[in-house]
Amino acid sequence: MKTLTLKIDGKEIEAKEDMTILEAAEKLGIQIPTLCHHKKLEPYGACRICSVEIETRGKSRIVAACCYPVKNNLNVTTRSTQIDKIRKTILELAAVTAGEDAMGEMRKLASEYNADLSHLRSKTPIEPTRCILCGLCVRRCIEATWDSVIGFIGRGTKRQIALYPEKASICTICDYCHDVCPTGKITSTGPDPPFPQIDDVLAGRE
Amino acid sequence: MESIKPVRNPEELEKLHQKIESERGNEKPIVSICISTGCVALGATSVLEAFKNGIKKTKLEKEVEIKETGCLGFCEQGPRVTIYPDEICYFKVKPDDVQEIISQTIKENKIVEHLLYTDPITRKKVRRLDEIPFYKDQLRPLLENNARIDPKNILDYIHLDGYKALAKAITQMTPQQIIEEIKKSKLRGRGGGGFPTGIKWETTRNAAEQTKYVIVNCDEGDPGAFMDRSLMDGNPHSVLEGLIIGAFAIGAKEGYVYVREEYPLATENITTAIDQAKQYGFLGEDILGSGFNFNVKVHKGAGAFVSGESSALMTAIEGKTGEPRPKYIRTAVKGLWNKPTCLNNVKTWANIPLIIMKGAEWFKNIGTEGSSGTAIFSLVGKIKNTGLVEVPMGITLRDLIYKIGGGIKDDNKFKAVQTGGPSGGFIPEEYLDLQVDFDELDKVGSMMGSGGLVVMDEDTCMVDSARYFVDFLLEESCGKCIPCREGLRVLSKILGNICEGKGEHVDIGIVEDIAFTMENASLCALGTTATNPVLTSLKYFREEWDQHIKDKRCIAKVCKSLTNFYIDPKECQACLICLRECPTKAIEGEKDQVHWINQEKCEKCGICYEVCKFDAVKKLSGEPIPSKPANGMKPIRKGVKQ
Ligand SMILES: Cc1cc2nc3c(=O)[nH]c(=O)nc-3n(C[C@H](O)[C@H](O)[C@H](O)COP(=O)(O)O)c2cc1C
Ligand code: FES
Repeated sequence: MKTLTLKIDGKEIEAKEDMTILEAAEKLGIQIPTLCHHKKLEPYGACRICSVEIETRGKSRIVAACCYPVKNNLNVTTRSTQIDKIRKTILELAAVTAGEDAMGEMRKLASEYNADLSHLRSKTPIEPTRCILCGLCVRRCIEATWDSVIGFIGRGTKRQIALYPEKASICTICDYCHDVCPTGKITSTGPDPPFPQIDDVLAGRE
Repeated sequence: MESIKPVRNPEELEKLHQKIESERGNEKPIVSICISTGCVALGATSVLEAFKNGIKKTKLEKEVEIKETGCLGFCEQGPRVTIYPDEICYFKVKPDDVQEIISQTIKENKIVEHLLYTDPITRKKVRRLDEIPFYKDQLRPLLENNARIDPKNILDYIHLDGYKALAKAITQMTPQQIIEEIKKSKLRGRGGGGFPTGIKWETTRNAAEQTKYVIVNCDEGDPGAFMDRSLMDGNPHSVLEGLIIGAFAIGAKEGYVYVREEYPLATENITTAIDQAKQYGFLGEDILGSGFNFNVKVHKGAGAFVSGESSALMTAIEGKTGEPRPKYIRTAVKGLWNKPTCLNNVKTWANIPLIIMKGAEWFKNIGTEGSSGTAIFSLVGKIKNTGLVEVPMGITLRDLIYKIGGGIKDDNKFKAVQTGGPSGGFIPEEYLDLQVDFDELDKVGSMMGSGGLVVMDEDTCMVDSARYFVDFLLEESCGKCIPCREGLRVLSKILGNICEGKGEHVDIGIVEDIAFTMENASLCALGTTATNPVLTSLKYFREEWDQHIKDKRCIAKVCKSLTNFYIDPKECQACLICLRECPTKAIEGEKDQVHWINQEKCEKCGICYEVCKFDAVKKLSGEPIPSKPANGMKPIRKGVKQ
């Protein structure tokens, strides 16, 4: 496999052809925030919190670090006024469904990026689901069960995570969906199988 | 019927062409009737029946041919009937007119004057298509054959030199030469993005994987657009021929035509076209004796707006939920089933045979430096002539709207034009002389997009219009990424508030922040372009936003919460009509006593405004409602307005 050279935040690094910016940055010890990413899962590119600026041939644009493959001579900036502004807005947008009291990674990032989780929520006061639809639980479940007990239903703002009742019996209570949840929504796995209701899985035992 | 022998080489194609030519002759009258969606909605089917019966009755079956064809674009003037060889165009034809057409035009070669189009300015009757103002400034290499072709008959297409481009490409050109020719023509993708087609083909060809695919994108999710449908309905072989040439150049053995479910006729016609092309040896094994094999399948899509996005479309063909995915590796390298895939729009493919036959130079000479060829627009909104038009790239918005479109409806004042479909920007009057092409539209914050062109007049509220398109896109967003899903949700709420008079000054800053994030960080182009209507509205019509927020005023008087109905006592004739029609009994008054709207009871349905014969009901916005006239005030008499 070819080795490429690129620059992240001014530091040069060699990376393998099949790496993403996120992975290359990690090698340099540069942290890029993620909400829908997990090392062991395929990149999904839904939360966009990992947005970074890249420059190639004099043109700069913003891409998702978790999906963007490294290229030779790429110049990446992981923090800037623009990037911070985007991350702050994304967190405030995510809070519309996650709720201003979201936990986990959401809470941590909110303080790092000065995001006021009630700012945009106050404009769109809907019942918080505590879910940002990052899909981590769904993808983790597919890995664990070779199928999926949970999945997405609906489109747009009606999109939600649901349990497929006919698949409940394949749940092994592996707890992985709980481990990967970035908002603290899945606080624990549900009761002993089979799951009666998705809400039991998702709402968890507080 | 004699069995069909596949055409094995260009010479046999030429022979077939000559055979059709000699069998048909040039003098035989042809009645071409548009049976596309627009004309059918206006009654074309019964006109067709009337012709069939009339021709049978007059025993002219052998002498006259009836052709059921595709759309010519001027749908509001339908049903359209064209009589060849003189190409006489009749509009708004009714079944009752058919007898006259047969006895006059077909038998006697005389014109039926009252069915001709009347030029609205000169008031002259117009015989031929190219004399009608709507068509005069058009250039229609893609659409012009629609009236001459029965889309279900491949021989019609071959008669008009169909499949000659394929024969030329396959036997006289190498794949590299074809790609060079397309690159030289500077053809850019007609699906909206304007990506150079030749380069996409080359990337797909050069991608390492040997299995490659080509796909036709006929999702056409923009609600006002029907140009792709019109080509697929009316001239499916032109799209198919382009696709086969592309497959040969790229090295694909399999192709798909993705058609939205709502297009049954397009699906039917392309399916028939594929079957016939196979019978004639233009598809399948050993095409035209060249050893090249290529097959095409039709895929019916769910027809959501986002399904037309390239990665969503490909996941749908794979049998999964059609949802965009990150495509930092181009679909030309990793597309359908992770194989190199070239996806092009219907119109892009239909341009290919023309470029191969007439040459890249011919194509490049049409249009502008950066955008060659023609563009198809669907003109709608507050414009006199609505319909599909094909024009050279670089035509000015002014010519499109005033020369072809005939100007603004009711001679109102122009306010803005939106190009490119629901996520296109609003372009104000100062840019009317802009030369329409991919780059120029981009510069002013809009886009070529699907080719929708919506004209807005002084009665349009630009804040409300932005809200309308945000709401549309919110419905269409797949919901996968946060900036698009939540950004649109919050924008919709804020814009709704502003239109309801609940806007705050800080809202504008919030709108700008969200738009910035959506534009830069959304997963697919639905999200990155969704802010165009909002941002152009803010940029060019900022004063309307300020009026809504500060003065609680909508100058177009569209936003209901900011508008009140008021009866001008000096105009009211006390005719009791509004009083009787008002569903909430909000109007007070009596016979011979001027009427008055009780604002507390008024629900602003606007019925009084519609029914008043004296224009006495006014809309007020952002200004105080004058106080009630003295009880028993008598009307000031005047005549009924004509
Ligand atoms: C939300 C969205 C909807 C789209 N809808 C269509 C469509 O209906 N038809 C189409 O040809 N392209 C559509 N596109 C563009 C396609 O992604 C793709 O760029 C195009 O089909 C490529 O063909 P071209 O190079 O010939 O333009 C859409 C893109 C987006 C982001
Ligand atoms: S972590 Fe990259 S998009 Fe979510």
